[in-house]
Amino acid sequence: MTETKNSAIDVKVEKAASVREPSTHAIKIESQNLDFFYGEHQALFDISLPVPERAVTALIGPSGCGKSTFLRTLNRMNDIVEGTRLTGKVFLEGQDIYAPKVDVVTLRKHVGMVFQKSTPFPKSIYDNIAYGPRIHGMKDKNKLDEIVKTSLERAALWNEVSNRLKDSAMALSGGQQQRLCIARTLATDPEVILMDEPASALDPASTSRIEELIFELKEKYTIVIVTHNMQQAARVSDYTAFFYEGKLIERGVTEKLFTNPAEQQTQDYITGRFG
Amino acid sequence: MFLERPRTAEAFKERLIEISLFLCAFASVLTTIAIIFVLFSEAVFGLSGAAFFQEVSVVDFFTGTRWSPVLKPQEFGVLPLIVGTLWVTGVAAVVGLPIGVLTAVYLSEYAKPQVRNVVKPFLELLAGIPTIVYGFFGLAIVTPYVIDPIFQGLFGFKVGTFNALAGGIVVGIMIIPMVSSLTEDALRAVPRSLREAGYALGSTKFDVVVKIVLPAAFSGVVSAFLLAISRAVGETMAVAIACGSKPNLTANPLEQIQTMTAYIVQATGGEAAAGTVQYQSVYAVGLTLFLMTLVLNIISQWVMRRYREVYQ
Repeated sequence: MTETKNSAIDVKVEKAASVREPSTHAIKIESQNLDFFYGEHQALFDISLPVPERAVTALIGPSGCGKSTFLRTLNRMNDIVEGTRLTGKVFLEGQDIYAPKVDVVTLRKHVGMVFQKSTPFPKSIYDNIAYGPRIHGMKDKNKLDEIVKTSLERAALWNEVSNRLKDSAMALSGGQQQRLCIARTLATDPEVILMDEPASALDPASTSRIEELIFELKEKYTIVIVTHNMQQAARVSDYTAFFYEGKLIERGVTEKLFTNPAEQQTQDYITGRFG
Repeated sequence: MFLERPRTAEAFKERLIEISLFLCAFASVLTTIAIIFVLFSEAVFGLSGAAFFQEVSVVDFFTGTRWSPVLKPQEFGVLPLIVGTLWVTGVAAVVGLPIGVLTAVYLSEYAKPQVRNVVKPFLELLAGIPTIVYGFFGLAIVTPYVIDPIFQGLFGFKVGTFNALAGGIVVGIMIIPMVSSLTEDALRAVPRSLREAGYALGSTKFDVVVKIVLPAAFSGVVSAFLLAISRAVGETMAVAIACGSKPNLTANPLEQIQTMTAYIVQATGGEAAAGTVQYQSVYAVGLTLFLMTLVLNIISQWVMRRYREVYQ
């Protein structure tokens, strides 16, 4: 880690603190006593984690600690994995998203997701962004144009692609593809955005663009981000939750968790003693 | 010295292995070239006696509307045979392509593993049935018990024993396993991450299949279509039995027809004496057939390259 990079982190953390006092956020989505199983194997143990509204919550922990699995329980993405089972509850604004009458399609419209690998559909840039609105019944061409524009603007991609919306999204660079996927998620107008290591496959310049973007997006959206990169968690998040071996070890305001963790395991992990 | 080249015997053995492998690979190239050479020489150049196109003009061959190789006046207009082939191919495509693709979609996207494990072997069994059995099935079952009752009931006329429709239907059934297996491969090559991205945007399963997976597999599906159609064009025994043996330039698929392949069977079955124009016509028809399937294959290759998406 170079000297310049460290100072950049400090600036970001300071900025985050000055924009909003973290402890004042309402709770947007919350898990209660969540256990999760892949077949016989239990991957999550009794996770109770409140996620504050319009803030960034980072999930950190070593590989296989269950942070991605937990993330995917928040929009029921694990439903499409055969042989998974879950007990406990997840509330989105007080509604249990695992209640029998919940429509998963509507849920995912409210809780969007961005993946580790960028996943542009083999369609034009325009059709990628318009995909979500279209499947939710939007037909008005003018409105679609508007949504495509604002989504790309919010994802900080508009200036780069505005003159080639009809080109294939597959031709974009890795970093652009990932911002396209973020724009595509924004186009369905979600309230919560789940990000599963959204920058881990990108170069440093693209990574910092994504991080800036996350910082801007939390003005409007509740963001939960899984990351392997502790500097990234420190830079972008307001709250951090540390997972270890399927258990939630500690959760708190990011600055406090990184400077003065309550648990020894957290201390060991963030100082690089394991993981 | 430890950097010595391997002993000569070793090197020779390596070389021998490489040469024999090359010869195996070259055998198919050689066979293809030989077949093309024979087709062209007998039809066009006439290395052993008069070539077909020295006796019959190319224009007459491709524009003539009557194919009468035996009965005087002899005429060699290939259109009736081409139209016969097109009827069978068209009907086969209408029957086989949709069923094949929908089967593939079901197997790849919807079917539980238990169901898939039952359906797959049946499809493979279907692919393994000899084509002559299909032909007999068309003649003995499809025409009298399916086509005839329907047309009798709806329009009140009797359908002949031999008709293009029955041949097309059985060839359509015949290509289902091929279409579904090639399409399924194409669908399964679409990465799981694309499907997940679709679901994460609030797609239903049907949205994911129709708007993401099928378009992403487009090139594979189209080339499955083209390969299946080219198989239907070349299909022989089933149509020779179910469709009859009367060259017939017709717009009515309920009439007896003869396809190019069926003509070749008939002519080589002892009817034509070597050296006669009738005998040479087999090569001309064979060449036409070869060119048709070649074009289909080239288009299929082109579509594959042009529309193939590469996923990391």
